[in-house]
Amino acid sequence: MSTTAEAIRYERGTSLWRDAWRRLARNRLAVAGAVILAFIIVACLLAPWISVYGYEEQDLVLGAAPPSAAHWLGTDTLGRDLLTRILYGGRISLMVGLTATSVALLIGVTWGAIAGYFGGRLDAMMMRIVDILYALPFMIFVVLLTVVFGRSILLLFLAIGAVEWLTMARIIRGQVQSLKCQEFVEAAVSLGLSRRAIIFRHIVPNAIGPLIVYTTLTIPAVMLLEAFISFLGLGVQPPMSSWGSLISDGVETMEEYPWLLIYPGITLSLTLFALNFLGDGLRDALDVRSSRD
Amino acid sequence: MARFIWQRLLQAIPVLFVVISATFFLVRFAPGGPFSQEKAVLPEIKRALEAQYHLDQPLLVQYGNYLGDLLHGDFGPSFKYPGRSVNELIASGFPATAELGLYALLVAVILGMAAGLMAALRPHTWRDYLPMSLAMTGICMPTLLLGPLLVLVFGIWLEWVPVSGWGDVAGDKILPSLTLGAAYAAYVARLTRGGMLEVLSQDYIRTARAKGLPERVVIFKHALRGGVIPVVSFLGPAFAGLLSGSFVVETVFQIPGLGRFFVQAAFNRDYTMILGTTTFLAVLIILFNLLSDVLAAWLNPRVRGTLGEKK
Amino acid sequence: MSIRRMRRTVMAIMLAGAACLAGCSGGERRVDRGDAEGILHFGNGTEPQALDPHTTTGIPEYHIQEALLEGLASKDPETLDPIPGVAESWDISEDGRIYRFHLRADARWSDGTPLTAEDFRWSWWRALQPALGNEYAYMLFPVLNAEDYFQGKITDFSKVGVRVIDPHTLEVDLTTPTPYFLQLIAHHSLFPVPRHVIEKFGSPTDRFTAWTRPGNFVGNGAFVLKAWKLNKYVRVEKSPTYWDAAHVRLNGVVFYPTENIVTEERMFRSGQLHVTNEMPVDKIPQYRERHPEQLRVTPYLGTYFYTFNVKKPGLSDVRVRRALSMAIDRQTLVETVLEGVNTPAWAMVPPGTLGYQPPKVFDFDPEGARRLLAEAGYPDGKGMPPLEILYNTHELHRKVAVALQQMWKKNLNIDVSMINQEWKVYLDTRENMDFTISRYSWIGDYVDPNTFLDMWVTGGGNNKSGWSNKEYDDLILRKIPAMKTQAERFEGFYKAETILMQEMPVMPIYTYSIKRLITPSVKGFPKNLLDHPSFKHIYLEPAK
Repeated sequence: MSTTAEAIRYERGTSLWRDAWRRLARNRLAVAGAVILAFIIVACLLAPWISVYGYEEQDLVLGAAPPSAAHWLGTDTLGRDLLTRILYGGRISLMVGLTATSVALLIGVTWGAIAGYFGGRLDAMMMRIVDILYALPFMIFVVLLTVVFGRSILLLFLAIGAVEWLTMARIIRGQVQSLKCQEFVEAAVSLGLSRRAIIFRHIVPNAIGPLIVYTTLTIPAVMLLEAFISFLGLGVQPPMSSWGSLISDGVETMEEYPWLLIYPGITLSLTLFALNFLGDGLRDALDVRSSRD
Repeated sequence: MARFIWQRLLQAIPVLFVVISATFFLVRFAPGGPFSQEKAVLPEIKRALEAQYHLDQPLLVQYGNYLGDLLHGDFGPSFKYPGRSVNELIASGFPATAELGLYALLVAVILGMAAGLMAALRPHTWRDYLPMSLAMTGICMPTLLLGPLLVLVFGIWLEWVPVSGWGDVAGDKILPSLTLGAAYAAYVARLTRGGMLEVLSQDYIRTARAKGLPERVVIFKHALRGGVIPVVSFLGPAFAGLLSGSFVVETVFQIPGLGRFFVQAAFNRDYTMILGTTTFLAVLIILFNLLSDVLAAWLNPRVRGTLGEKK
Repeated sequence: MSIRRMRRTVMAIMLAGAACLAGCSGGERRVDRGDAEGILHFGNGTEPQALDPHTTTGIPEYHIQEALLEGLASKDPETLDPIPGVAESWDISEDGRIYRFHLRADARWSDGTPLTAEDFRWSWWRALQPALGNEYAYMLFPVLNAEDYFQGKITDFSKVGVRVIDPHTLEVDLTTPTPYFLQLIAHHSLFPVPRHVIEKFGSPTDRFTAWTRPGNFVGNGAFVLKAWKLNKYVRVEKSPTYWDAAHVRLNGVVFYPTENIVTEERMFRSGQLHVTNEMPVDKIPQYRERHPEQLRVTPYLGTYFYTFNVKKPGLSDVRVRRALSMAIDRQTLVETVLEGVNTPAWAMVPPGTLGYQPPKVFDFDPEGARRLLAEAGYPDGKGMPPLEILYNTHELHRKVAVALQQMWKKNLNIDVSMINQEWKVYLDTRENMDFTISRYSWIGDYVDPNTFLDMWVTGGGNNKSGWSNKEYDDLILRKIPAMKTQAERFEGFYKAETILMQEMPVMPIYTYSIKRLITPSVKGFPKNLLDHPSFKHIYLEPAK
């Protein structure tokens, strides 16, 4: 009796998720990315407790100084500790990334799921709108939106999120469409489940794979967009700073004080790297048809 | 084919309409006006200026006037540069931006395809990982970082290339083109690799190899055609992205192009210029998307037959 | 196999191309060529909006206009005293109200047409047309009835105090004796403009006609307009018809729009510019050490200050305002944030303006400031209503604001927040007085204390503090204009400014200075308070 039970338990072990997890764990780059990402996020979250200096604490007499024992990454032209500013800036950049992506996710998933499930004219109309919006020059609109709405961080999230949901919608719609025809959905329909239940309890969870991948890839795109805008002077405003505005400041004085450009730059790049590798790894892990095997 | 193009062009009209209208109203609601100056403006002057530029009329009337002018191809006078029409400003800025975009695209395609090809031919070896990691660097390092870094290393420390201007000094086009092209080279590399990998696993390639054709012929005559499709589809949006993404590069390298004009116009609340540039760029993007879709469809024999069918 | 070879060939070609282009970047520098040709390459800040002197207000535009046009009088390059321009001499009546200008007989427009007094009368008529939108129209208001004409109170221009006596004599009536009037006539808003050309291209009050395009533009200055490539350069060349052409040594000037000061400095270093418009403060120590002969820092007639909105809670109490001002260590600010190129300002008028020395009513006194604050009811900063510094997005303003914010925290224990907006929005906010503390600058239009002090009269267009003081108004508007001697006037200004600094609706911080980089081959570049370039006095001497 017990051996059969054990055998059964052993059989049930492998599911799609566990397979994927194992594949992911084997992908060294993705794991490295995840570790780096975790490290950076934790460091930024704990910034108020781990940084010795205040965020705005100036030392006018010191001015810009290269890395030293007192200031591990150096100081900026007003004598503010760079490490502290990078950590705090990270909070803003990451927050914008996560929030804007969530906004994009929310709008995109809902839109795509509805369009994909109902099909027909509703689908055609909804996707036509997506096509129209896709054709717009985004950078321009984001610039306009930030100029018009005076740079509040909230509006920054909304502006960026409003621009990124389109691809999400397309992907979800594609997924939902293909899943709709699957047998397990037909089974659910014949069982008499409500449409809402079918969409949200059966289809969406199965579409989560690409969703996760795409989300992980949207976050860096969003962070990049935020960096662009802050770089042009339209995004985050002092005394708040994000990695984008730190880089912009660093460019101004990069000849005399290169560390002001290099360290924020490395941080931003590392984070983007980590996110992209993680996303790639997830895609390879979850996509059964990947060319790896 | 013709029907497909025609359909797409028709679709473009509502898009343009939405773009123009949205921009028009957005910009008018922005705080700050085109005539605010450091020293207080006498009310008579403000009134005279606003009358001359028709800003004293109700918003809808202004909107109507603008649309009417637009149908004649007239974007109106620039608020910031009296005596110059927006058409003129766009005409003076666009060549630089287009040239920059073109060079960047060339960089992206040449570098990207070369890297992607190399990776696809020997997957999972260092020939794959190295270019793909470099590609990843290109994607992750934003132009706003890459540009200044290149300037710092090659322009200032090594003094190999000039650091600003466009066409003033020999060689000043290198860094900006490289900077702008790098990120797109990365995407192209990944797309090429992906596309090629998929094509190379197809049956007809195996057949070609089995027939004993030399590897070079297999790759360039058969595989590339299919593998290049995702790249070609990407070209349209890529060029569009290059155009609007040139803001940063034009700012960093002081290039007198349309992107820089646009950012300045936004800061200056030069309504007509903002509208004109947005419309112009929207038209370009639509055209390029159309072009690349057509090209991709033409290259893909499976799609060619179904063009023009109603979805 | 062959793929690899192909790839290598491609790479080799690319590298070769890059090397070739890189190699080509060496070679003759633009400034060396300019030295040989007598062409000055001038970094001019922003792209000029327009070249019509009656439609612009900016300094970059003024630089070009000054090369292309000339007024009745000019300014001496060092002292800024009026020197003969189109007018070779002038008589002033006993009561100082009537000026008679004698124009030179050989004054010509660049197309050969003679320049007469009628040209000036017509140009000033044009400058006063409200439909034209000339934002500097007020420079003509000292002329009798000019203001009334501008506001439409009178419609007959012949009532305005400018008359043509004969083709070479122009007579001007002023409302009150205005000692700085001769400086005003050297301002670009009073330059003559060619009627015969303007009327060919449209109506005189049309703001965008083609008369200022190269090929159409006609001026009377030392240079003529040769080319204007948007966002690339404006090129002017020596004018053969200028009356003083014999003394003009430059063959031409090319003005470059150099908005980004960091890039401009690099252009200078790589030999693409003779003169820069500005320079980044961070680079000053380097230049001081290594190339002091290229660095030029000269005083500029301008003051950087903060305006207090006296209508807001807390700031309505003069003790609070004085405390805020006394708690700022201007000296340290100037030495650290500004690298010592500016000087602390204790009053609105920069010291030495035409010999005028402003009063010093207060000093850096954190103890005294704390006492005042406590007296006003906010001991140790407790209960202080919210204060916010408004400034327009710019690195420098931010640095100053951040530094001051810290000083107020340290010395008075009050928390002041900051808000920055970009230029247009900031101007609007300031216009609507929607701020508690706002950053502000004022550059003098002419060299006389009046230009800094007449702003603060009750309801003045530029008075954004809401401050009003009858005695001050009386001095500025009535008493001083009626005074006869400069000494009397200066006494009056001294008194007025003392009132201003005791009431402190505005808090001066530092005096402007011009910081430029100049190639040593440029000679005769003037150092004057208004940054007036005077191109006819500059010349190039290539280094041997």
